[in-house]
Amino acid sequence: MLSNAFERTRPRQTWAAPGPTDRHPLAETVDSALKIVIVGGFGVGKTTMVGSISEIRPLSTEEVMTQAGTGVDDLRGVRHKRTTTAAFDFGRITVDATRVLYLFGAPGQKRFWFLWEQLFTGSLGAVVLVDTARVEDSWYAVDRLEHHGMPFVVAVNRFGPGPSLDRVRTALDLSDDVPLLECDARRRESSRDVLITLVHHLASSGRTTAKDPT
Amino acid sequence: MRADPLHKEKPDRLYMVTGGRGGADEPSLDSVALIVAESEPSPEMQSEHAAVLRLCARPTAVVELSAELGLPVSAVRVLLADLLDTGAVTARHPAPSTVREGPQHDPDTLKQVLLALQRL
Repeated sequence: MLSNAFERTRPRQTWAAPGPTDRHPLAETVDSALKIVIVGGFGVGKTTMVGSISEIRPLSTEEVMTQAGTGVDDLRGVRHKRTTTAAFDFGRITVDATRVLYLFGAPGQKRFWFLWEQLFTGSLGAVVLVDTARVEDSWYAVDRLEHHGMPFVVAVNRFGPGPSLDRVRTALDLSDDVPLLECDARRRESSRDVLITLVHHLASSGRTTAKDPT
Repeated sequence: MRADPLHKEKPDRLYMVTGGRGGADEPSLDSVALIVAESEPSPEMQSEHAAVLRLCARPTAVVELSAELGLPVSAVRVLLADLLDTGAVTARHPAPSTVREGPQHDPDTLKQVLLALQRL
């Protein structure tokens, strides 16, 4: 499928090879970091989007599921118990002299959702990246983000002709106030516009929340 | 699937570098907390600890350490707990904004993020 080809053309093996020469350290003055998560099914273009806007070549790493609250034997358990491992990519954008924004590309399937608890709490918001050929891959992510009250926008990564945005909105059962737009994750300007839409959405939902404190 | 250091390692390495401890006792260390070395690596240090100190000569996010060291984020948190305990590193925590804290994003931060994106 064309959609899979997007992610398979990435020179991924080179990202996994750490080396001091590849590093682009942050400025000494940076003292706080923000995060935005791009979540979606396999092959939808998450890593492509991260790569198109990150100022560093995206890095790739993994997290293993730990059980919250046990405190003692999570990693000891690696020796004996089966664990879930989730790979994810990330990049970053310098905001100003003191702030940096991290962009995570994360799998949206249920078995990988532990990443949210372990890594993505405190995110500004999320982008749900959708392939209209497999809209159902996004159901779980939309459901969980709504449940957590995490602000998000939905971006349809266009791989060719497909259903209208209205049909996508219906298929995802999105409320009217969730921004929905098309993008081409390969293009920096297009990916940037998705993030700009998210930040505008955060600003407007912030005002709403402020009026109605809970 | 992927030929990266994580997959080549036996799980025993996780056990070795963390001393068998889990990461759940260090929930406060955010995935993008910025770690800064406060001392030089010394020869008697565990090699992973020394590697962290070298990488953190400039502020480095926990997830970046994970990627550079080829270790899961949980394992890196355990290594960092040791180094934080001894004061070998300090952590600059991210701007507070959590899902359940209500109105979280200060307008200035959002404005600066917007400006940064528009500059891309």
